Amino acid sequence: MVPFFMVGIYVFVLSVFVGFEIISKVPPMLHTPLMSGTNAISGITMVGAVLAAGHSENTLAIILGVSAVVCGTINVVGGYLVTNRMLRMFKKK
Amino acid sequence: MIDYAMDATYLVASVFFIIGIKMLSSPETAARGNMLSALGMLMAVGATLVSGAIPDFTWIMVGVVIGSVVGIVGALLVKMNDMPQMVALFNGFGGAASALVAVSEYYRLGAQLSPFITVVILLSLFVGWLTTSGSVVAFLKLQELVSGNAVVFPLQHMINLVLGLGTFAAMGFLVLEPGHENIFFGIIAMGLLLGVLLVIPIGGADMPVVIALLNSYSGIAVSFTGFVLSNNVLIITGSLVGASGIFLTKEMCDGMNRSIWNVLFGGFGADAGSGVPAMEAPGGIVKPYTIEDAITVLENADQVVFVPGYGMAAAQAQHVVRELGEALEDRGITVKYAVHPVAGRMPGHMNVLLAEANVSYDALFDMDQINDDFVNTDVSVIIGANDVVNPAAEEDPSSPIYGMPILHVDRSKTVIVLKRSMNPGFAGIDNLLFYRDNTMMVFGDAKATLTKFNEGIKAG
Repeated sequence: MVPFFMVGIYVFVLSVFVGFEIISKVPPMLHTPLMSGTNAISGITMVGAVLAAGHSENTLAIILGVSAVVCGTINVVGGYLVTNRMLRMFKKK
Repeated sequence: MIDYAMDATYLVASVFFIIGIKMLSSPETAARGNMLSALGMLMAVGATLVSGAIPDFTWIMVGVVIGSVVGIVGALLVKMNDMPQMVALFNGFGGAASALVAVSEYYRLGAQLSPFITVVILLSLFVGWLTTSGSVVAFLKLQELVSGNAVVFPLQHMINLVLGLGTFAAMGFLVLEPGHENIFFGIIAMGLLLGVLLVIPIGGADMPVVIALLNSYSGIAVSFTGFVLSNNVLIITGSLVGASGIFLTKEMCDGMNRSIWNVLFGGFGADAGSGVPAMEAPGGIVKPYTIEDAITVLENADQVVFVPGYGMAAAQAQHVVRELGEALEDRGITVKYAVHPVAGRMPGHMNVLLAEANVSYDALFDMDQINDDFVNTDVSVIIGANDVVNPAAEEDPSSPIYGMPILHVDRSKTVIVLKRSMNPGFAGIDNLLFYRDNTMMVFGDAKATLTKFNEGIKAG
């Protein structure tokens, strides 16, 4: 059985290539929404926060986990909304 | 069984993120792409909550509600002009979330920490806190709550290097000798401190690079968190975001023809605005014109190109620019907008402001698209842009910006430069464009001048 971290490193390296490939196709005009959009996606760490807060029986770990949930949610909700606001402004006449 | 269902949902979410970014390749599909990405996020978080892995999620829901309210209020209230600092701030929250997960896991696992998990927890912790404090400093600078100038002091790089190496040594020690809580806190403190120290030496006009780089750090922190939790969706997403940030960082550096090391450690712009240039230079003299002169030139043009810079954002002049553009179009004049990659305080900053002002996106051109078109242009109007149109970048090997790709506005028949005064731009560099024979300087507040242009064109 291959340990998880080895699989993880494979996934990491391959995703970096996928990332470069798709991001290089985004026109400079949309670089701000690209940034705020990927920023929102990085809020996926709130999945980690939910697991950290939910798994624990240690009070301190729960407090930290819930704080992480708050920060992650701000990142996700704020990031997607602001990206949406910007993208809806790009119109062709 | 439920584990497989959860993993499958994570995979679908990852695919949605990738397709979502792919759809950003065109403004027509971009908004839907963002929705798809948000749907992926909802699925991933939802699946985690209902998977049964979480026995009690009352407190988690409280956290989600608080975070949502803050996020919604922030996203809806922020003005487009303030977008760079908002992006920096949201990014900081992402970094903090990863770092807090790392701290939480450290306490949860306690004595069961394996060396590998310890390594990734410490890395996630360090990068996460560095992102957080760096983003906060970037926010404060952009919001002008602290000076936007570069802060430099002696031995700065040496101090940063020693702190960085010291942190890695401390991490190594903690892996070999677990249980030293004070060292763990020390690493947190180092992450926070280095985030501040790495961002303060970066001046205002280099902020696009920093924002892109901090974005990439927050992605890298997410990937480390993925290793901590053995969770592939975090690893995939983190590496996508990391790659995106690094790509944008490189684009911004290329836009200035500077290496990332020069931007991060060069202390560019520490003494911005110190010198007042002469009204005369070897290339000619500065020729101030009146608003009426400029209106006459504009009225007789066939093609006008507007070149916005940070000054347009600062003056909030984008709406007036669009009105003027429309007034010119009504007279049958072709109107285009030329955007340099590093114009503004964030990648793509000018495009967002012009889109906000209802400029049609097919009138927005990036540097490579428009540079050959300046020879066919009658009038280029420079609104608060400076270094990105400075011919010194091509002609003066002694200039600090020599080699930087510029918009070739000097090739158009007439260049109208709107400028408050003869103070130099951010880099404190004299702009050779101002002394050209085909350049008309119109001094005054950009917004007020444009409003008068507008009135003149409409009346004429």
